[in-house]
Amino acid sequence: MEQVILPELGEGITQATVACWHVKVGQQVAVDDDIVELVTDKATFCVPAPKNGMVQNILVAEGQPVRIGQPLATIR
Amino acid sequence: MNPTSTNIQTDQPCLLEDWGLIDYLQAWRRQQALVAEVVAGDPERLIFCEHPTVLTLGRLGKDEHILADADQLCTRGIPLVRIDRGGEVTLHAPGQLVVYPIVRLDRFGRDLKLYLAMLEQVAIDLLRGFDILADSSEGRRGVWAGGRKIASIGIGVRKWVAYHGLAVNVNTDLALFSLIRPCGLNVQMTSMQELLGHAVDMVQVKKALVEVWERHFKVHRIL
Repeated sequence: MEQVILPELGEGITQATVACWHVKVGQQVAVDDDIVELVTDKATFCVPAPKNGMVQNILVAEGQPVRIGQPLATIR
Repeated sequence: MNPTSTNIQTDQPCLLEDWGLIDYLQAWRRQQALVAEVVAGDPERLIFCEHPTVLTLGRLGKDEHILADADQLCTRGIPLVRIDRGGEVTLHAPGQLVVYPIVRLDRFGRDLKLYLAMLEQVAIDLLRGFDILADSSEGRRGVWAGGRKIASIGIGVRKWVAYHGLAVNVNTDLALFSLIRPCGLNVQMTSMQELLGHAVDMVQVKKALVEVWERHFKVHRIL
């Protein structure tokens, strides 16, 4: 199992908001597929899957804030 | 990681493309295709275009930021498009220079704030070349002249390649902005034309922007 983490987005950016999920729990994903879109300041940002597998958990709902380094989902 | 403009990888090739007057969604699709190409290793792009009048709602946009009602927009034939850009509502119209750089953020330490600030600086330096004193503003994005907003920014990022970008009001019909509350704020918009008292040659603006771009983004044009 691997966690999908919100990466560093630049100096001074401590959090972002989940704009929309591109996947559902149980869905198969391939490494580098964009799985979730976040928004911060004047930017949107897609986080890719870190590995091939199945989305096991989605940990942050759309519209919710998330801190840098916080897990967004798990992939098995 | 503490990126500064000094660690920007220099001398990148960059293809210049001028799409002319192009439908907003068509341009969006072309950008998506180019993002995939740049991710795959193609040269970065600097794209110029203008859009027929359109309202676009970014991810933070709310319906109440649009002051006109649906009937009014329909009667005037102005579409409303929800898109994957940061920021709120904005308006594009002929006379506004839209700049879509397709840029690798790996070159800027993967720093979204640094890239957004650089986009603002490009607009500021562009305007200075036309004797317009503009600046960024603490706490609110965009570029401002005399307390009014003259350029807007907003980006999308996929696989650390940025798209969307910058919109500069050159000869934009400013009355159109009464349809929206730009960026969710009570701001007044201005244009180069309004500030200078005469229409500005778009060709000259594009030429000046390329020069500013080459300087800031350390690219060399391969077109």
